[in-house]
Amino acid sequence: MNFDFSDDMKLLREEARRFLAERSSSKQVRLVLDGKTDFDRALWQSMAELGWLGIAVPTDFGGSDLGYEALCILAEEVGRACASVPFSSSVYLATEALVLAGTPEQKRAWLPKLVSGKAIATFALAEGAGNPSARKIKCVERDGRLSGTKWPVADGAMADFAVVVAQSADGTPSLYLVDLTASGVTRAPLQTLDPARPHFKLTFDSVPAERLSLDGRGWDNIVKFIERAAIVMAFEQLGGADACLASATAYAKERYAFGRPIGSFQAIKHKLADMYVGNELARSNAYWGAWALTKNAAELPLAAASARVSATQAYDFAAKESLQTHGGMGMTWETDCHLFVRRSTILSGALGTTSFWKDRIVTSLEMRNAP
Amino acid sequence: MDFDDTPEEAIFRREVRAFLNTHASPKSPSSRGLRRRFIRDAADLAAAKAWQGKKAAAGFAAITWPKDLGGRGGTAIEQVIYNQEEADFDVQRGAFEIGLGMCVPTLMKYGKPQQLKRYVAPALRGEEIWCQLFSEPSAGSDLAGLRTRAVRDGDDWVINGQKIWTSGAHFCDFGIIVTRTDPNAQKHAGLTFFFLDMKSKGVEVRPIKQISGAANFNEVFFADVRIPDEQRLGAVGDGWKVSLTTLMNERLAVGDNTGPAVEDLVDLARGLDLDDAPALRNGAVREKLADWFVQSQGVKLTKFRTMTALSRGQTPGPEASITKLVSAKQGQDIAAFAVDLLGMAGAVTDTELSPMHAWFQQAVLQAPGLRIAGGSDEILRNIIAERVLGLPADVRVDKDVPFNALPTGAR
Repeated sequence: MNFDFSDDMKLLREEARRFLAERSSSKQVRLVLDGKTDFDRALWQSMAELGWLGIAVPTDFGGSDLGYEALCILAEEVGRACASVPFSSSVYLATEALVLAGTPEQKRAWLPKLVSGKAIATFALAEGAGNPSARKIKCVERDGRLSGTKWPVADGAMADFAVVVAQSADGTPSLYLVDLTASGVTRAPLQTLDPARPHFKLTFDSVPAERLSLDGRGWDNIVKFIERAAIVMAFEQLGGADACLASATAYAKERYAFGRPIGSFQAIKHKLADMYVGNELARSNAYWGAWALTKNAAELPLAAASARVSATQAYDFAAKESLQTHGGMGMTWETDCHLFVRRSTILSGALGTTSFWKDRIVTSLEMRNAP
Repeated sequence: MDFDDTPEEAIFRREVRAFLNTHASPKSPSSRGLRRRFIRDAADLAAAKAWQGKKAAAGFAAITWPKDLGGRGGTAIEQVIYNQEEADFDVQRGAFEIGLGMCVPTLMKYGKPQQLKRYVAPALRGEEIWCQLFSEPSAGSDLAGLRTRAVRDGDDWVINGQKIWTSGAHFCDFGIIVTRTDPNAQKHAGLTFFFLDMKSKGVEVRPIKQISGAANFNEVFFADVRIPDEQRLGAVGDGWKVSLTTLMNERLAVGDNTGPAVEDLVDLARGLDLDDAPALRNGAVREKLADWFVQSQGVKLTKFRTMTALSRGQTPGPEASITKLVSAKQGQDIAAFAVDLLGMAGAVTDTELSPMHAWFQQAVLQAPGLRIAGGSDEILRNIIAERVLGLPADVRVDKDVPFNALPTGAR
């Protein structure tokens, strides 16, 4: 049995944690939250220099080629720091889409730029309310030109290009590469619950679009791609959930009421114990996902859905109950609790909510348990 | 990262499987609800003893114990591998978990060499069974509040008092017991630990009828029971320290939910209609199935993380503390949900009429016990909060006070 990260990976986690604690404190996150800047550019550049933007990208394209376990570990630490950078959009969505389904020319053209931080990209799936569904895709491509509207799209304004889900002429949903600086693209900022991660409404009016390879064609392939990203996102959520537990625990030790630390009351203890239980279950499910991702295992769909549901539930619970533990202070702008409530909410919707993933779990179980 | 055995572990697993395939039958879906988890009668006891004898003869009875005491001298990971494999077979359980998991290890730590020579091997072979005499009517979660008295009389101690919830006492040969020897000391300081022959004069065992109708555990009364000082384990007044040795092994011995799991619920839902459609297509049912799958998978994978630490020769992390807390409650919830799913016939316990030999209905009355035994849900949350998260201990009114000066309420 070898179901844990290796010592090398644990070292990477320690380094990433130290680095982000210093470089992505809540002060930096709040610059974006307060609208002073659109994302933490200095941090992003440093992450590029550390090789993090291409952590799982083959060295042929300038990547570090450290594999998916390393990518998952970095996502966890980005989540813990609540960092205001397009890590999900650019690194584990758009870059991964190219790695998995880009043509050789597309890879050569874009991957080195993404890895070095010279380009940023995003993934455009949602078209308003609803979970991922082929039926909901109304964006269309005709003769190499794409039209339609996507919202919400994270990081839509700072991205150079987007990987867009659209219907091709024969009605097959496919992945397209769209230059967001082209004429015919409108990028309108959206107000969301998490201003520290800017989101946009993108409108395409007959914009040039390049199809990715056959691996990016068909709804099943698109779902496979989303599943892989959902595993990495589960790690980002897990990092956030652990940060909430750490913050609530620290507060419960230092805050006194009725002449004693509030952490000595069972009402608080049991709440925090439940948070720990949720986080550990999520951690174990996330590790299963990391394993499936690395081995490209047959169980990947079930592992991805489990990792995603477990992480979403843990983060949701931890963010709310950490705020509750902080009492009235948790309701203030000044205390950081709301950063995590915001982030947990926006991440639980991205890539589909738990109802989408739970249904996929039961579908897997039905097949697995079939008489 | 992988789920693979090391080459040595794989060889060991093959050996275990070969042994089990030769001597036992695998569990089958049709045996659900009929599995032998408790000792009900003399036939069950004989079957459990016979199985233990076979395990001992093949060297699988106590894998981590030293060879000179009849163990295998193996590793913790090998014990886990054995348990994993045996769990797939339908063998009679319920007689030896506590004795070999908790009592004899305590004896091994504190007993004299000639005592180990006398008691360990027969226990391993299943010839003698041990029970644990800890809880009392006024000392459950608060074990150190126990009142059974031991008074020194020459070379003997004289025991008077009552124990309760003693699993298997009605068929056990020996027991370990913690008693109060100094009521004037602070409550943790006045305790002393012994072992005794359950057939000693003055020991009376009365089975307790549980809500399920079965009687797996007992009240045990002590009236002037004499124990030689030879049978004291640890120093006089050190009983609490010795008890902790026993309790450290408890959650491993109590084990997890043995009732219906989420996969059994999937099978139940597959065959049922709900609102004139297959229950398995019902959104509310699917939502619950997914929740429990994610949770039980989380528990299983958490155990794999613990196993990994053992496999790497490291001490497991605190995550092991969550498994009983989660699985006991889940077992209760799954049972209740299944009964609800059966609608107007949910409460029927007729084993011919209710699915899986009324396993879900049995679980309604068995599952609550698992949330209490081996550390209640509430105590486990305290343990996680204090030992894992480092939160301060509760304010205690029973510290620095002589035991006999503590308030006791009505009892």
